[in-house]
Amino acid sequence: MTASLLSNRFVIKAFPVVFVALIFIAWEVLVIATGIKSVILPPPSAVIHDLVTKFPLIWPHALQTLYTTMVGFGGAIIVGVLLGALIGSSRLAYEAFYPVLIGFSSIPKVAVVPIFVLWFGVGTVPAILTSLVISFFPIVVNVATGLATTEPELEDVLRALGAKKRDILLKVGLPRAMPYFFASLKISVTLAFVGTVLSETVAANKGIGNVMMVASANYQTALAFGALLLLAIMGVILYGIFALLETRFAGWSQRKADIALQSH
Amino acid sequence: MTEATTLDATPVATASGGTATAAAAEPFIRFEDVSLRYGGAGGTLAVEGATLDIPKGGFVSIVGPSGCGKSTLLKMVSGLIPPTAGRVVVGGRPVTGPLGFVGMAFQNPTPLPWYSVIDNVMLPLRIVEPYRSTFRARYDEYRAKAEALLAMVGLKGFGDKKPWQLSGGMLQRASLCRALIHEPELLLLDEPFGALDAFTREELWQVLQELWLARRPTVMLITHDLAESVLLSETVFVMSARPGRLLHSEDVPFARPRGLDVMYEPEFVAMVHRLRTRIGNARAEGMRTA
Ligand SMILES: Nc1ncnc2c1ncn2[C@@H]1O[C@H](COP(=O)(O)OP(=O)(O)OP(=O)(O)O)[C@@H](O)[C@H]1O
Ligand SMILES: [Mg+2]
Repeated sequence: MTASLLSNRFVIKAFPVVFVALIFIAWEVLVIATGIKSVILPPPSAVIHDLVTKFPLIWPHALQTLYTTMVGFGGAIIVGVLLGALIGSSRLAYEAFYPVLIGFSSIPKVAVVPIFVLWFGVGTVPAILTSLVISFFPIVVNVATGLATTEPELEDVLRALGAKKRDILLKVGLPRAMPYFFASLKISVTLAFVGTVLSETVAANKGIGNVMMVASANYQTALAFGALLLLAIMGVILYGIFALLETRFAGWSQRKADIALQSH
Repeated sequence: MTEATTLDATPVATASGGTATAAAAEPFIRFEDVSLRYGGAGGTLAVEGATLDIPKGGFVSIVGPSGCGKSTLLKMVSGLIPPTAGRVVVGGRPVTGPLGFVGMAFQNPTPLPWYSVIDNVMLPLRIVEPYRSTFRARYDEYRAKAEALLAMVGLKGFGDKKPWQLSGGMLQRASLCRALIHEPELLLLDEPFGALDAFTREELWQVLQELWLARRPTVMLITHDLAESVLLSETVFVMSARPGRLLHSEDVPFARPRGLDVMYEPEFVAMVHRLRTRIGNARAEGMRTA
C-alpha cells in the first residue's frame, strides 16, 4: 500500500526529468538529421560539453547574476509588500496608486535600462534595479488582492471588538494574504532573473547576460546556449525553493489533501 | 431576588419580566428616531425613524422582511456605522465609534483557517482588554475557559482541529463561542442559526438560552425564524419593509427556562401566527410601494 504510493509519487517526481531528457534527445536527433550548422543551432551534447569544460569560466558570472537577482528580488519583496499592504488596506491609496502602477507595469523594462545606466553607470546597480522593477508588480497585486479577501463579516466582528486597522492588518489581513504572497514570489523570482540578464546584456561587463553577449558576438553559439541552460536551471531551483517555502508557511491554504500527504 | 437587586442591580433588573426598578427605567440600548441612508443623499434609505429601548440583560429579537435594515440596526448599535439622523445610546452614552466589547456572530462562521478551533475561539482575547495585555501570561487559564465553552456547545475535544476539519454546523458552534469568550455585556447575533439543520438549531437554542440565563448579557438577535424569536427572546420587534421602521413589538410571557415543548402550546402558536401576519402585511405593503 505505502510502497505502491511511494513508487507512484516517485514516478510523478521523475516525470519532468524524463520529459526534459526527451526534449534533448529530439533536439539532438533534429540537429543530426537536418545537418544544421552548429553556429546556428548546436546539438545539446555540444552545449553540455561547452558548459562543463568552460564551467570555471562561467561560474563566477553565474554567481554574479544570482547575487544581482537576489538583491533585486529582495528589494522587490520589500517594495511589493509595502505597496501591496498600502493599496490593499486603504481605499484612498488604491485609488491613488493603482492607475500609476498599471501604467508603470505596462512600460517595457528594456526601456528603463538606459535610464538606469545614465544615472548609475554600467555595472551591477542598473541590473539590480531592473530586476527589482520587473519583479515587484506581481507581489504588489497579490498582496493587495490577498488583503482584500478578508470577509467583511470577520472585519465587523473584529472592529466591534475594538480592533484597530493595524490589528486587523497584522492578525488577519497579512496571514490571509500569505498564500497569495508566496504564489507571487514563485513568479517574481523568475522575473527577477529576466530583469538581471536583460540589464547585463545591455550594460554590464559581468554576469550571464554579458557572457551570452560576448559568446554570440564571437559565434560561440554552444556557449550562449550553455549560459541559457544554466539560467534555466538556476530559475527552476529558485522556483523550487520558493514553492517549498510556500507549503511551509502557507500550507493551511492548501487544505486537507496536501497537508495530509506531507504530514505522513 | 431583592437582595440580588440591591447588590447587583443591573443584570437582575429585568429578570422578573420588566417590573420597574431604577435600573430598568434607564434602558441599556436606546434608538432615538434613528435613520440611516447608505451612499450619500441620493442613496438607499435603509432604516427610517427607528425608536426602541432594550433593557440591560434583555433578550430581544428583530424580525422583518428581507432587506428591511435589520443587519443595519446591529451595525449601528456596535458603532460600525453612524446613523444619518437620530442617535443610538448604549449604556447611557451615545455611540460614536466601535464600542470595543461587543460579541458578534453571523450566519457565516468566518474562522481563520490558519488557527486551530480553540485559537479561533480565543481570537477576541487577543484584541479586547484586559485579556489582550495578559494573553501570554494567563494563556492556560484562557485556554481552559475556551475549552469549557466548546464543551458547552458540544465540541469537547475538537479544540485542536483545524476549521476545515469541522462541519458547517460545528463551525457555527465555534463561532458562537468566539462571540462569548470575552464575556461581552452585549451580544449581537445576525441570523446565527440560519444555515443550520433543524436538530443543531434546536440544540443551540437551548445552549444560547442557558448561556443567557447564566450570564445575562444583553442580546439582540436577528432571525427569519419566528418560532426561534418567540422561543428565545423577551421581546420581539417587527420591522416594516425597506425603509425599515419599527411596526410592532410583542413581549413574550413564557416562563424560563423554555423547553422545546413550549413551542406546541396554543399561546405560542398563536403568537407566532400573529407575528407571521404582521410580517406578511409589511411585505405586501413593501411590494406596493416598491
Ligand atoms: N453597505 C451598503 N451599501 C449600500 N446599501 C446597503 C449596504 N448594506 C445594506 N444596504 C442596503 O440597505 C438595505 C438594508 O440592508 P440590511 O443588510 O440591513 O438588510 P437585512 O434586513 O439585514 O436583510 P436580510 O434579512 O436579507 O439580511 C438593503 O436594501 C440593502 O440593499
Ligand atoms: Mg441581514
